[in-house]
Amino acid sequence: MWVYVGRRLLLAIPTLLGASVIVFAMVHLAPGDPIAAVMPAESSQAEIEATKRAYGFDRPLPVQYLVWLARVAQGDLGKSIATRRPVVLDVRDAFANSLVLALSSSLVAFALGGALGLLAAFRQGRVVDKLASAIAVVGVSVPHYWAGIILIIVFSVQLNWLPAMGAANDPGLVPYLRHIALPTVALALIPLGVITRVVRSAALDILNQEFVVALRAKGLAARRVFTHVVKNAAPQILTVLGLQFGFQLGGSVLVEAVFSWPGTGYLLNLAIFQRDIPVLQGVILVLATFFVLLNLAVDLAQTLIDPRIARH
Amino acid sequence: MRRIVILLLALALPLSPAGPASAQGTLRIGMTASDIPYTGGQSDNGFEGFRFVGYQIYEPLIQWDLSRGDRLAQLVPGLAESWEVRKDAPTRWVFKLRKGVTFHDGSPFNADAVIFSFESIKKKDAPHFDPYGSGQVGFRIASLMAITKIDDYTVEVETNKPTSFVPYQICYMVIVSPAQWQKVKDWRKFAEQPSGTGPFRVTKFVPRERLELEAYKGYWDAKRRPKIDKLVLLPMPEPTTRLAALRSGQVDWIEVPPPDAIPQLKAAGFTIALNSYPHNWTHTLRLDKEPWSNKLVRKAANYAIDRVGICKSLLNDTCIPATGVVYKGHPWFGKPKETYDYNPAKAKDLLRQAGFDASKHPARAVHLISTSGSGQMLPLAMNELIQKNLKDVGIDVDLQPVEWNTLLTRWRAGFKTPENEGLNAWNISWNFLEPWSGFGRFFHSKAVVPVAVNTMPYLNPEADKLIDEAERTFDVGKQNEILARLHEVVVDDAPWIFVVHDQNPRALSSKVKGFVQPQSWFVDLTSVTVR
Repeated sequence: MWVYVGRRLLLAIPTLLGASVIVFAMVHLAPGDPIAAVMPAESSQAEIEATKRAYGFDRPLPVQYLVWLARVAQGDLGKSIATRRPVVLDVRDAFANSLVLALSSSLVAFALGGALGLLAAFRQGRVVDKLASAIAVVGVSVPHYWAGIILIIVFSVQLNWLPAMGAANDPGLVPYLRHIALPTVALALIPLGVITRVVRSAALDILNQEFVVALRAKGLAARRVFTHVVKNAAPQILTVLGLQFGFQLGGSVLVEAVFSWPGTGYLLNLAIFQRDIPVLQGVILVLATFFVLLNLAVDLAQTLIDPRIARH
Repeated sequence: MRRIVILLLALALPLSPAGPASAQGTLRIGMTASDIPYTGGQSDNGFEGFRFVGYQIYEPLIQWDLSRGDRLAQLVPGLAESWEVRKDAPTRWVFKLRKGVTFHDGSPFNADAVIFSFESIKKKDAPHFDPYGSGQVGFRIASLMAITKIDDYTVEVETNKPTSFVPYQICYMVIVSPAQWQKVKDWRKFAEQPSGTGPFRVTKFVPRERLELEAYKGYWDAKRRPKIDKLVLLPMPEPTTRLAALRSGQVDWIEVPPPDAIPQLKAAGFTIALNSYPHNWTHTLRLDKEPWSNKLVRKAANYAIDRVGICKSLLNDTCIPATGVVYKGHPWFGKPKETYDYNPAKAKDLLRQAGFDASKHPARAVHLISTSGSGQMLPLAMNELIQKNLKDVGIDVDLQPVEWNTLLTRWRAGFKTPENEGLNAWNISWNFLEPWSGFGRFFHSKAVVPVAVNTMPYLNPEADKLIDEAERTFDVGKQNEILARLHEVVVDDAPWIFVVHDQNPRALSSKVKGFVQPQSWFVDLTSVTVR
């Protein structure tokens, strides 16, 4: 077990290094440059060049990369060019906000998607099943930023029930929930659709296996059969849940931008348009690390549920 | 898609009477900036940064009078009570400073504070040098070489050559509190607990989210003490987000509402504030290559544009036609010969005279445009209309849209790079706040890239002479006359396709009263009340 964990953690290092190289290259290949983005539009080429030298952006890319890597290895993600705050602080705050949003939307999606999927599997072909499938299709097909805008139009502008943007400024749970409600719903749509479908098909797979027929033939209560089905379908579902949770955290750029939710997605969006390279690299590195750890956690959870996996 | 969303947002009528009630006298503003502008003194985020942060927390020695909308904003005494150039030495200016002014931290404003602020921009080896703020403002005060203290309330400013543009440059440099900086000894920390002499002081700073300010009770000018208690600034780069925030009552004021939404906003009781200010939206032409090397073709293009149509049909009257660098009624407009009204027949005629003809020798050009960007208005839609206008008279323009940041980077490098070699123009909007921004940097032969941004390049000895003469003329009235003559020359040379002047639209809730939209990039928030 621990050997397995150790090996997986070691394997994570080249993955993260690879991710960091790609991030660095992509950011620098994109047109535009970080200094030009923060300098006034009227400033001339000569002034921009002088500022570039001051920041070390005139050095060859491999050198810049190694300098950056050396600092990261010491836990220093550098400073934002735009705000000059340490990137660690920016990323920490944004990550916490995104984590809360990812948790709340995952909670909604997993609970609702799981229930709908199981219901659909056990009532295959009936109205409930068709309804669940319809919800699933809508969930995965509706662009979530569009859904976000519609939610704002209905609930913020028309009904005036919920705030249209930002995180709560006043202390307390109620303002917090009011601000997070709409982004949660918008962000839950896709995983809701995905999970409903995965749970449904996983449960159906198991339901069609002979051991279920045998269990039923032996006269086992429907509730006990249900437990067996869920337990057997769990590893497959768990993988998807883990991935979906990761996507919720890293893939909420558009939703966070629509709602101005101050998370990693919003920060990433800002950093892209400001060419704030240190922030961009910092956010992506943290997200990549999180993905690697999350996958590891899911794999471990799977081996706990299904010991056969560890032996492979 | 975006237009539909904007329409839906604008049409949506609130069913319940109002959003959550806010505190008395709080003004909440949705800015277009994607981040809180730099609060450490010398502002970033262009003039929006100066507008809401730089000039609210801090003040320059000379400031803009923003109390009137019926004339171009004028320079008036700020932290300096008076200033004059020394008769015996035209490179030395004496500034008499205002007495009895205190910073937000309680320390006094004096000559030392002026020198400290100047050094934070100019003196690279000073412990209080602020490289970021210096990058933002340094080039705007390029001709100021030194500031020395005569006594506690008198300083002398030394320039690198006799220049009458000093007051225009001085107003870009805001004065920060040396005492507060000594307390924190770091510009990032200073930016989180800033201290200036302006009418508002910072109370809460949440990076990237919001900046809260309160009225500064000890503000020196009793007439300009803010009527509101609190000011909240929120960065909202997305126009739809700003619109939704305004309509849902989360903010009371937004910058640049989407033009599509303006009729509906008006119908719903919001005020749309508009006024002319020093902004122009142009195509800057490449003058050393066909087709724009030919003056007749440039004039033809200027007569081909239906500017009234652009402002009416696309921008819902949030702009006015531009027939020069500055607008009619501006002291520098003068009496140009060319009027550039919409006249396709004249344009075709000029094109024929220039030897172009649709079949044998067509006029073709590639123009670099942006997809969005600060001050760029609706670049895609506007450019498509311009493309059609030009096509109608026989000029084929290929539009190459790029991201705003990319456009600026490529523009600064000039046309003579491998990447830009195939281009014939760029579409960027400008300010003409002062003579250098309006003329010097574009039309002086000494401003050719990379020194400044004469990218075209525009080389005209007469323009050089007039710019130099204006700079040497210390009487503002006479200086304006010279600049008007320069403007006449430039307009008749048509180095740009002049298109429109933005009217700086902002949408205000009906609760906001007492705001005067000045002919300026900046605003005075002290007269505003919020019911």
